[in-house]
Amino acid sequence: MAREARTEIQKAEKSGVPTVPEQTWPGPVYSPSVDIFENDNSLTVLADMPGVKAQDLKIDLRESVLTLTARVTPLDGPNESDVLREYRSGTFFRQFTLSETIDQANIDAKLADGVLRLELPKVEKARPRQITVKTN
Amino acid sequence: MLVRRVGPSRPTFDSPFADFDEVRREMLRLLDTVASDTSGEVGAGVFPPMNITQDDDNFYLRAEVAGIKPNELFLSAVRNRVSLAGKREIQREHEGASYHRKERAEGTFNRTVTLPTEINPERVDARYADGILTLTLPKAEEAKPRQITVRT
Repeated sequence: MAREARTEIQKAEKSGVPTVPEQTWPGPVYSPSVDIFENDNSLTVLADMPGVKAQDLKIDLRESVLTLTARVTPLDGPNESDVLREYRSGTFFRQFTLSETIDQANIDAKLADGVLRLELPKVEKARPRQITVKTN
Repeated sequence: MLVRRVGPSRPTFDSPFADFDEVRREMLRLLDTVASDTSGEVGAGVFPPMNITQDDDNFYLRAEVAGIKPNELFLSAVRNRVSLAGKREIQREHEGASYHRKERAEGTFNRTVTLPTEINPERVDARYADGILTLTLPKAEEAKPRQITVRT
């Protein structure tokens, strides 16, 4: 693991999204980088969203489409002028279609250090039950 | 175009390709117009992307370093140079996790930027919030702009 970590980070740019349905606010739109993995119990989404505060993040799941939207307010003060500009702040937007049935009531979202961790538990499958026959 | 063609402005000894040159210039001009449009596509091609702004007293350096703990960031400042190094590790998930997407990068980074003027390295302030690192770099006294009063 230590060896892997020594490699330099290659990806640097936020990838812009050219077409976003019905955008009603100004500014660029970016697609956050994500890791998605699942195990038997749940599906986990990790998304890099630097600058996003919890109250600005909207997570929407309907008809098996998961939508992440977050607006970032730039931190620049009013009297500051640009010296170097390598990134812009805008809206993070990304949609996923989920194939599994998700237990909507137990979705858990955590936002820490600009990374969202979304746990989507799968609906519990019907478990085989033993039925005891009672006799009088 | 047609109007300009019959006009007398062009000398007759023009090469037959002069029209192409004209079209080429026009195309480049149009491309420039499109390119300078603020489409939001900026970047340096290195991690982490950073913005530097200034006001009269300070430079402000902001870097997008999502998912990096503040104690994994190494900062240094000397004269007019600021270095930012660190490592981004993505923790291994438990066995049995099958990945659908793996886009988040991990690894080390090390960047040095040179500021237009010298700073006071003693008074640099670093803050980290929501995956964004903000450095406030006070300009050295001799580099600050001064108001000059004109005496009469």
